[in-house]
Amino acid sequence: MHNSHEHEHEFKIPLGPQHPALKEPESFSIALKGEKILGVDIRLGYNHRGIEKACEERTFLQDVYLLERICGICSHSHSTAYVQAVEEIAGLAVPPRALYIRTLIGELERVHSHFLWLGVAGHEIGFDTLLMYTWRDREIVMDLLAQLTGNRVNYGINTIGGVRRDIAPEQGKDILAGVATLEERTKYYIQIATEETTIIKRLSGVGIISKEDALRLGAVGPTARASGVDRDIRREDPYAAYAELDFDVITDDHCDVYGRTVVRLKELMESFKIIRQIVARIPDGPIAVRAPRKIPAGEAFSRYEAPRGEDVHYVKSNGGEKPERVKVRAPTLANVQTVKHMLKDRFLADMPIVVAAIDPCFSCTDRMVGIRRLDGEKKEILGWESLRSFSLGWHRARGFDVTIAEKRLHQLMEH
Amino acid sequence: MSCEEDIRQNTIRQFDFLKDFFKVIRPRRLSAEVARDRFSEVFDFLVHQEKFNILCTITGTDEGDDLGFIYHLAREGGITLNLKTRAPKSDPVIRTITAVFPGAEIYEREIVDLFGAKVQGLRKGNRYPLTDDWPADEHPLRKDWKPANGSGGEM
Repeated sequence: MHNSHEHEHEFKIPLGPQHPALKEPESFSIALKGEKILGVDIRLGYNHRGIEKACEERTFLQDVYLLERICGICSHSHSTAYVQAVEEIAGLAVPPRALYIRTLIGELERVHSHFLWLGVAGHEIGFDTLLMYTWRDREIVMDLLAQLTGNRVNYGINTIGGVRRDIAPEQGKDILAGVATLEERTKYYIQIATEETTIIKRLSGVGIISKEDALRLGAVGPTARASGVDRDIRREDPYAAYAELDFDVITDDHCDVYGRTVVRLKELMESFKIIRQIVARIPDGPIAVRAPRKIPAGEAFSRYEAPRGEDVHYVKSNGGEKPERVKVRAPTLANVQTVKHMLKDRFLADMPIVVAAIDPCFSCTDRMVGIRRLDGEKKEILGWESLRSFSLGWHRARGFDVTIAEKRLHQLMEH
Repeated sequence: MSCEEDIRQNTIRQFDFLKDFFKVIRPRRLSAEVARDRFSEVFDFLVHQEKFNILCTITGTDEGDDLGFIYHLAREGGITLNLKTRAPKSDPVIRTITAVFPGAEIYEREIVDLFGAKVQGLRKGNRYPLTDDWPADEHPLRKDWKPANGSGGEM
């Protein structure tokens, strides 16, 4: 089977399958020749929990809470996408104040998610100082979310017809103070990411996907925008309060991990801008309208720009108190298909950052890598940590050193 | 005339049988229903002529004796079209759209697993999202499938 010389050096590496953060955990089977990736095969579905079926067994209102638990990072994205669809079917006029509160929580969620990502990205390239700083800063936004909603995750702010908690004027002050600090910090990170040659070198040209391929494969969110795809549901198909808010859609033409980093960092600045406008302009009035228990027969398709990209929900009602059908497509399912192209003909040592760069909700600890020779003689099992250490060592041997960037970041933060 | 109404007019000019089946639901939301044997030509027209070059996802539905398929197509500017077709459960065959949207592969596999559709022309590959040992004749999102009688165990 593998009698030629070439094949003696070809390896197959299973990476995964456990990745329980989301609806779409993933398992990569990587064909390797030396250090070069020949091809990647992806198997998904290990954490399929039957949520769509479960939604049909529960009431429209219960489903808000179930769907919110699809993902702990972008829970608000899912509950908003869902309630929007139900409200459209029921013909509910959601009060403007509720739409502003939804938008506010949505942007705070984006901020915490992008800070989380920045830390993970730093960690995967051995820049743990960045991880420590960004995750410390992230606590500011986590505290704000807890103060506003009562929860650090799964906020439970949405209900069909509006939101469940109002915002007091003094909370507006806390939000502005938190945002001011986070904005200062984000400026430092933008400076580090765009000026430090080590960071630029390490991330540039890694995980490339062209604009054509990103469009062809249906990439969404920052993954698509970093390949020059000027698309953002907040602007194109405005929901909640976005039509009344002023913000820019950030794109970049680098088409690599560096571009994805820049896009997310600049998106943070836009989120701060949006949050300030909300605090300044939030209209007075009620925060919810009463929703009927039975939703009239009908259907609606709802799109939402989650931190990772477009999240879509389709809801169909048969006139009862339980939905006939709820369909969810989370952004990672669209983006994970681009990873194959990003990895092909690249080095194994770039795998951690390339996979991390689509931001596939990295809260899992169960990833295993088994390295096996195709002739089946040797078997070696590597955890994600070992793969990361291999990646760090591999790049260090080629002169990649983050200590200069680390020193610079320390200096900036001490000011 | 609105852009949505333009799209509707252009489409029914090309396919007059869609006259009563192509609707503007609200700004940025269109819905069309097409028979399985005319699906491909309508789909190609909408994608290539009317520039619906984004596939959000594909939804499967259980319509009693039929399976329903909704292709959620979008174009720049936020206009979204739910393009629907059906196939009888006794012959649940549809054609793949992966030649136009390679990213559709995973959405088509989902319909195969969860609804028992057969997708002609879909390349061989890993199933999604059910496990490898899930019985081939059990499709959990069909209305007659209940956790108790399925192999899925308790929900």
